[in-house]
Amino acid sequence: MRGVYPTAARSGLMSCHACHQLSRIPPVLSEGEPICPRCEAHLHLRKPNSISRTWALLIAAYILYIPANVLPVMTVISFGKGEADTILSGVKELIHAGMVPIALLVFFASITVPVLKLLALTYLLLSVQYKSQWRPRERTKLYRMTEVVGRWSMIDIFMISILIALVKLDAVATIEPGPGAISFAAVVILTMFAAMSFDPRLIWDNIEEKS
Amino acid sequence: MFPARSNEMNMSALHSLIACHECDLLHRVQSLHYGERAKCSRCGALLYAKKRDSFEHTIILALASLIFFTLANFFPFMTFELNGRVQVSLLSTGVQEFFERDMWELGILVLCASIIFPALKILGMLYVLGPLEFNRRPWHAALVFRMVEHCRTWAMMDVYLLGVIVAVVKLSDLANLVPGVAIYSFVALIFTLAAADSALDTHMVWEKMEKIS
Ligand SMILES: [Zn+2]
Repeated sequence: MRGVYPTAARSGLMSCHACHQLSRIPPVLSEGEPICPRCEAHLHLRKPNSISRTWALLIAAYILYIPANVLPVMTVISFGKGEADTILSGVKELIHAGMVPIALLVFFASITVPVLKLLALTYLLLSVQYKSQWRPRERTKLYRMTEVVGRWSMIDIFMISILIALVKLDAVATIEPGPGAISFAAVVILTMFAAMSFDPRLIWDNIEEKS
Repeated sequence: MFPARSNEMNMSALHSLIACHECDLLHRVQSLHYGERAKCSRCGALLYAKKRDSFEHTIILALASLIFFTLANFFPFMTFELNGRVQVSLLSTGVQEFFERDMWELGILVLCASIIFPALKILGMLYVLGPLEFNRRPWHAALVFRMVEHCRTWAMMDVYLLGVIVAVVKLSDLANLVPGVAIYSFVALIFTLAAADSALDTHMVWEKMEKIS
């Protein structure tokens, strides 16, 4: 069966992002933003300025990715001696202590996931801008994964918050969070917002014919 | 799922159709059996699902979550022992420590992800579903329920728990750690809230809200 896919946009309809109720696209779109009759959310045919917003958030995340990995995320001070830890050195320490499964978990959540997320969103944006026809279903899956997996990178930030709460024995041992932690948290949040502002329907808007 | 044909778009058809939120393809809404899910025929996204006794189950699980949430916040989370010195911490101690060090960005982040958003989610669910169950529409129901949906992403207790595990592993050589009541409640809260999430049928909530208004 060949032909044009019946999408909401091609049928003059738009779907509410919050409650999925369909509404007619008003003839004059400029007169303020239409509102969903069911849930009162603002209606958009596609997420507003999806591509430029996602690029802006993504570029900010790329820039902060450098201090996030270079600056110490925390310093362990015991008996007056301080030892600064970056994201990567924290993983190395876990390996040296023989805790390989936990080290792999932290490596995956704090290093693999942010890099893959940045690359995946960059690829998705470029593929939409160059009107790629290649494997839209797989690209949608890639998008879905970046959306779901992103929050797990916060493990390191939460770990620091627990460490500083527990280890505060003045002279014997204290843990101080470092500036790298703020950059790292910012990278995670920026990529989460970037994934939210990307509209996967743009992938499909370029695909007209059934194959 | 068969895609709908584009030539039958009158006003009453709007309710019998649904557009995929990931690829915009139109589908005719079909009645499902309990436990069935409707997926997009083009991109595979989950469109809607039918759940048994969704309202009752969600309300009960949200009430259980509320109890565990209270326990998790007011009882000791973990006790740290080193050379005879004992340090008791609460769920919110880390947040306080961030604020004391002027790292309010991280303080706010951890506070929101581990306490505020989970609380908003639980209270929001109860606020909307409780009255709807008795056929009343609470004030600003739509706004509150949209907020509940947003909290899905930003409430990160499950991630927080992994952070706890990594921290415990890191300290296990150094000191003696004793888990408190709060940590068990926190784990229970993660399960009840995840179960409430999967029991919740958002389409049914929106439909009911529309009928009552
Ligand atoms: Zn779809």
